[in-house]
Amino acid sequence: MSASETPKIRIRGLKKSFGPKVVLDGLDLDVGVGESVVVIGGSGTGKSVLLKCILGLIAPDAGSIEIDGDEVVNMTRRERERIMLKFGMLFQGSALFDSLPVWENVAFGLIQARGMDRAEAKRIAIRKLANVGLNRSVGELYPAELSGGMQKRVALARAIAAEPEIIFFDEPTTGLDPIMSDVINDLIVKCVKELGATTLSITHDLHSARKIANRIAMLYGGKIVWQGSVSEIDRSGNPFVDQFIHGRADGPIKVDVTR
Amino acid sequence: MTVTDTKPNDDGIEDEPRRNILDTVLDLLAATGRVFLNFLAALGRIANFTALALAYSIRPPYYPRLIVRQMIDIGYYSLPVVGLTAIFTGMVLALQSYTGFARFSAESAVATVVVLSMTRELGPVLAALMVAGRMGASMAAEIGTMRVTEQIDALTTLSTNPYKYLVVPRLLAGLLMLPCLVLVADIIGVFGGFLIGVNKLGFNPAGYLKQTFTYLEAKDVISGLTKAAVFGFVISLMGCYHGYHSKGGAQGVGAATINAVVSALVMILVFNYMITEVFFLR
Repeated sequence: MSASETPKIRIRGLKKSFGPKVVLDGLDLDVGVGESVVVIGGSGTGKSVLLKCILGLIAPDAGSIEIDGDEVVNMTRRERERIMLKFGMLFQGSALFDSLPVWENVAFGLIQARGMDRAEAKRIAIRKLANVGLNRSVGELYPAELSGGMQKRVALARAIAAEPEIIFFDEPTTGLDPIMSDVINDLIVKCVKELGATTLSITHDLHSARKIANRIAMLYGGKIVWQGSVSEIDRSGNPFVDQFIHGRADGPIKVDVTR
Repeated sequence: MTVTDTKPNDDGIEDEPRRNILDTVLDLLAATGRVFLNFLAALGRIANFTALALAYSIRPPYYPRLIVRQMIDIGYYSLPVVGLTAIFTGMVLALQSYTGFARFSAESAVATVVVLSMTRELGPVLAALMVAGRMGASMAAEIGTMRVTEQIDALTTLSTNPYKYLVVPRLLAGLLMLPCLVLVADIIGVFGGFLIGVNKLGFNPAGYLKQTFTYLEAKDVISGLTKAAVFGFVISLMGCYHGYHSKGGAQGVGAATINAVVSALVMILVFNYMITEVFFLR
């Protein structure tokens, strides 16, 4: 990313507390245009809170978030809906609408937010399902009839259906077996390349992080404590990163097991 | 604050801290105050939720498909249970008023009692209680599950306003369909009374019908339908509000469902009195 270019996402001094518990404590992060950044960190370190702050699902206590140079904190709902058209999001639990068939889940953003004709949206949905390796008969099923891996693929198809500029992946491989995880990782890499999208992912699966990231950032204590390219992570010299990638219980990261 | 003037007993075990009466009274007042403040806060949140939902209901986009689906769910699929409730209520009204009024030779008032009770009170209230159990619970459970599985967040990320997509169709359907249901319940209830009156109590069919309509005024029916519209709105509002704000997992959804049904039931009875006073105490 060149210095003169406006980053796609620019976060400065982001703070969020829940009661006495400080989750984000002045977090700074830039995601450049077309870049794939993966935020790693332990459970409960505020990775999901970071994504939800950017998406406007949680209001931060302080700080600034800019998307393409537009400040999105305290945006009105209507402006927010316009900005959200740039986004695709893959939820950890897939979050498919269980009252709608699979194809309508994938086509949802096209039909509801962009007012596309249903037949046309269905054609696109079936094409997107094919992109993630699901055939057209799956489109007529309901999400509850699919396995976890297939649900994840449908959720991925939904996230990319409207060809967003920015895609968020929330723990894309959590709860999947290693082979299915790799399938999902490959699909993510393929889809992101095809769309040329900017992505921000959060995960604690390092295998997945190495596969989909250009750049990895480590979140600890409400701040980004280290960031660098994938090749640098094994020789970061950062005690937090070393402890995390080697999965050691002792080190600078304290896990409060009493809570 | 607690006064702890504890002294070791002979056996060395400390007594429970002794509290003076003032502290007990203050604690009691504080607890009462907290409950009252929480109640006011909840009232404020519900008012805020209602205002938002109403504001969004007049702005596009509208979702006619969803409104129709909710209307079918609330109106059509509630017909059997509301119909059964109404016919047995009408029947028992006829029987009770006949045997009761016989004590002062006023049996002839049975038809009037049945039609006025049904249209003014029992039609709207009983239909609303049944629908609250059915639809209030279903709405809270469905929206609550969508909340805890992040489906509501997913709606937002797909540039769809969850108030417009989930809440507004249910509020409109409740507001519109309850009066229709109550109109049907009124007719079925009067028919139930007619059945018993003619078959068991020996009324002349034509005489019973004539008696039914002689003292019936438009106001009786209109007040009942107004109640129905308010109750329908309240049922949907409570279902959506509690579902939308449910927390945690299955347990949170269960709690939301309880709160939705109980608060709807209580509000139906409170509003029932208030609307009756507005219509008939002037």
